[in-house]
Amino acid sequence: MNLLKTTLDNGLTVLVRESHTAPVTSFWVWYRVGSRNEHLGITGISHWVEHMMFKGTERWPRQKLDQTIAREGGYLNAMTWYDFTTYYETLPSDKIFLALDIEADRMSRALFDVDEVAAERTVIISERQGAENNPLFLLDEEVAAAAFRVHPYGHDTIGHLCDLQTMTRDDLYRHYRTYYAPNNAIVAVSGDLNAGEMLRMIEQYFGALDPSSEIPPMLAQEPSQRGERRVWVEGNAGTDYVMLAYHSPEATHPDLFALTVLSTVLAGGASSLVGSGALTNHTSRLYRAVVERELAADVSASLIPTVDPNLYRITATVLPDRAADQVEEALLAEIKRVQREPISRDELEKAKQQAQALFAYSSESITNQAFWLGFSEVFADYTWFRSYLSRLDAVTVEDVLHAAQTYLIPQNRTVGHYRSIEH
Amino acid sequence: MPLTRMQRALPGPDDTLRETLPNGITVLARENFASPAVVIHGYLEAGGEDESLDQLGLANFTLDVMERGTHRRSFEQLYTEVEAVGASFGLGAGSHLTTFTGKSLAKHLPMLCDVISDVLRNPAFPNEQVTRARGEILSAIRELKHNTRAMANEVFHTLIYPENHPYHWNNIGREDTIASISREALVDFHKRFFTPRGMVIAIVGAVKVEEALKAVKITFADWDKERPTRTPLPPVPPLRECIRKEVPIPDKTQSDLVLGWVGPPRRSADFMTCHLANTVLGTFGMMGRLGETVRSQNGLAYYVYSRVDGGTGPGPWRAIAGVDPNNVDRTVTLILQEIQKLREELIPAGELADSKSYLTGSLPLHLETNEGVAQALTNIERYDLGLDYLQRYRATIEAITATEVQAAVQRWMDTAQYAVAIAGPELGKSH
Repeated sequence: MNLLKTTLDNGLTVLVRESHTAPVTSFWVWYRVGSRNEHLGITGISHWVEHMMFKGTERWPRQKLDQTIAREGGYLNAMTWYDFTTYYETLPSDKIFLALDIEADRMSRALFDVDEVAAERTVIISERQGAENNPLFLLDEEVAAAAFRVHPYGHDTIGHLCDLQTMTRDDLYRHYRTYYAPNNAIVAVSGDLNAGEMLRMIEQYFGALDPSSEIPPMLAQEPSQRGERRVWVEGNAGTDYVMLAYHSPEATHPDLFALTVLSTVLAGGASSLVGSGALTNHTSRLYRAVVERELAADVSASLIPTVDPNLYRITATVLPDRAADQVEEALLAEIKRVQREPISRDELEKAKQQAQALFAYSSESITNQAFWLGFSEVFADYTWFRSYLSRLDAVTVEDVLHAAQTYLIPQNRTVGHYRSIEH
Repeated sequence: MPLTRMQRALPGPDDTLRETLPNGITVLARENFASPAVVIHGYLEAGGEDESLDQLGLANFTLDVMERGTHRRSFEQLYTEVEAVGASFGLGAGSHLTTFTGKSLAKHLPMLCDVISDVLRNPAFPNEQVTRARGEILSAIRELKHNTRAMANEVFHTLIYPENHPYHWNNIGREDTIASISREALVDFHKRFFTPRGMVIAIVGAVKVEEALKAVKITFADWDKERPTRTPLPPVPPLRECIRKEVPIPDKTQSDLVLGWVGPPRRSADFMTCHLANTVLGTFGMMGRLGETVRSQNGLAYYVYSRVDGGTGPGPWRAIAGVDPNNVDRTVTLILQEIQKLREELIPAGELADSKSYLTGSLPLHLETNEGVAQALTNIERYDLGLDYLQRYRATIEAITATEVQAAVQRWMDTAQYAVAIAGPELGKSH
């Protein structure tokens, strides 16, 4: 992998990867701000700021911004999650300068017009309402809130409705000015380019931007959980769901890789490799325990690499005429088994083979390559991704047993049931 | 006109293998050694169109069980073999076609081809898997009934297509038909309709095209079977009035709405013109004119866009939005106003040029992945577009005039006679 990594004088971290498979380039700017940096009263603010960044600057007004990229055959988008807000453009390589121009400009000169803030408030609320139509969103929101009573990972990125109704333009602008600065950002580029030339372009567009004098540290730490927590959500979705959420370590913790293998054995396919696509999980232990036994329609798991300890989630869709309790019981029996007996060598080998394939899929497109450069830099550094397979390969059967006994214990667990109540 | 560097990067006749085997299977293959992966994407002619109304969902049910074991491999053996190496495969049911997909590291392509061939040709339909699939489909139907987006779409199709047309129905089936379909019906459906006639298989990735062709020949060349002839699709009468249907779904906070008409089939001479018109209306930039009006200026929706499907038959042309229940009527009015404007006024030259530029420029980005290329190749084959289609694409789009776009909108989108389906909280009772 031909990669250049450096830091500009103003603190901007830059990663550039040459990849000459197609005449396109993907340019990403990552800010180290997300729902992790929010508190009650301003939950959802990072995501809302992301929306406001599409409302433009003096030089790049609203419509000109997205239309210019579209006109050149590119696309742009943005995402906000726990630890980051990111913006990206993928374009024909000879037009990539447009991405640098736009992103450098809106790093410090976004307008936050009062009328635009008002129009976007209803759009954001509509986005939340759309999510509320999904029973799994409602369940996940309650489970996370119960699992975290101190750390901001306990609220969803979209934010609480009351905060979306009351936040002001000044709140949003203050958040923007606090966190949007070169010394709190990462530029990640991959594509058909010359790394040296790209670095010079980045210096030209971003080099003169002033760093922020102080990025507020996020100091909250979730205290250890001292007993199982339970939540119930009732609604009229026609289907019941079960979620088990265990506190899991941060991305840089050595146990994360053992937990990745454990999750693969339990529910299939290297869940910490976000965005690599789905494999079926029909030979996983939990599938056999609840789907083959005709208790659940499906079961899946997620382990998201984050800056701070987060949750390892297992979710199952209860079949009609079956009870959520039955599904939970069957899931927990499998979890006890994996704590009692080591997994087999074959299971370990299979998990590693699956990770190898998923890793190959995850770096297939240029856009995905740039995604991983930046994403891994947010919670660790790019070597996390580069060494992913070798670290996974080093995991032993004993490491997996240790991870199961350390993390999948009842005291560390929040159980959520979604009960469908026909009105 | 010489090809530009961007155009040369697109799949074309020079770097795509195309060969039709004696049994009717067309093989397409293209190399991409950027990553060590390979994908398979293909289809054969078996789908919802081949099932009767009292067995609605039969095609989808059959595919679901086909994925669960063959005469050579039990469910356990099948998935142990595939999952052990991080590969995957799947079948999907459409109105006309069964699609199949597969993905693996390139070195496992022979295994992947063998598995897909086995599943398509030798399914065992084990009794216990029929029972399990039935339960899972019933669960999925229940979930759909509470999904506002899915319900608005399902109801919209019932408004614009007559009952004797396959597009009227959701091919997942109904609870009563799924409950009553027997194992024998699944076996019979497979026996009658799964044949190599008209089958297409595209293989794209880190495999030499000769190797890809060889893998298909080894696993499919000895399959030979006829299938019953299909009757032509029934005609779709145009709408004679505005039809509006609301589906109340309790315990929801947002309404989804689908507004539109029957559109042109993919092979229609009008399709590309409609595609360009649709880009202006509901795609370009942040969801075209609809996004600008409904979302950006009025803040009514998080998503609002439009799409024209094309397809074998006349797929729909529709606008789709998720809005606060109190804003449904206002959103419908704004969508209709934008369409009316397209009917009455020529699109300004600059705006049309922007949309053309977007369509032609973004082509390489849609083809960034092996899946994207494989899908493009199977589409080219399905609709007889020619292997040079992607390289001709720019010229095709550039040739469309504003007058043609206006005429197409006038032909297909009659703002006095449209259908709209709304699913969500009961209107008038929310908030």
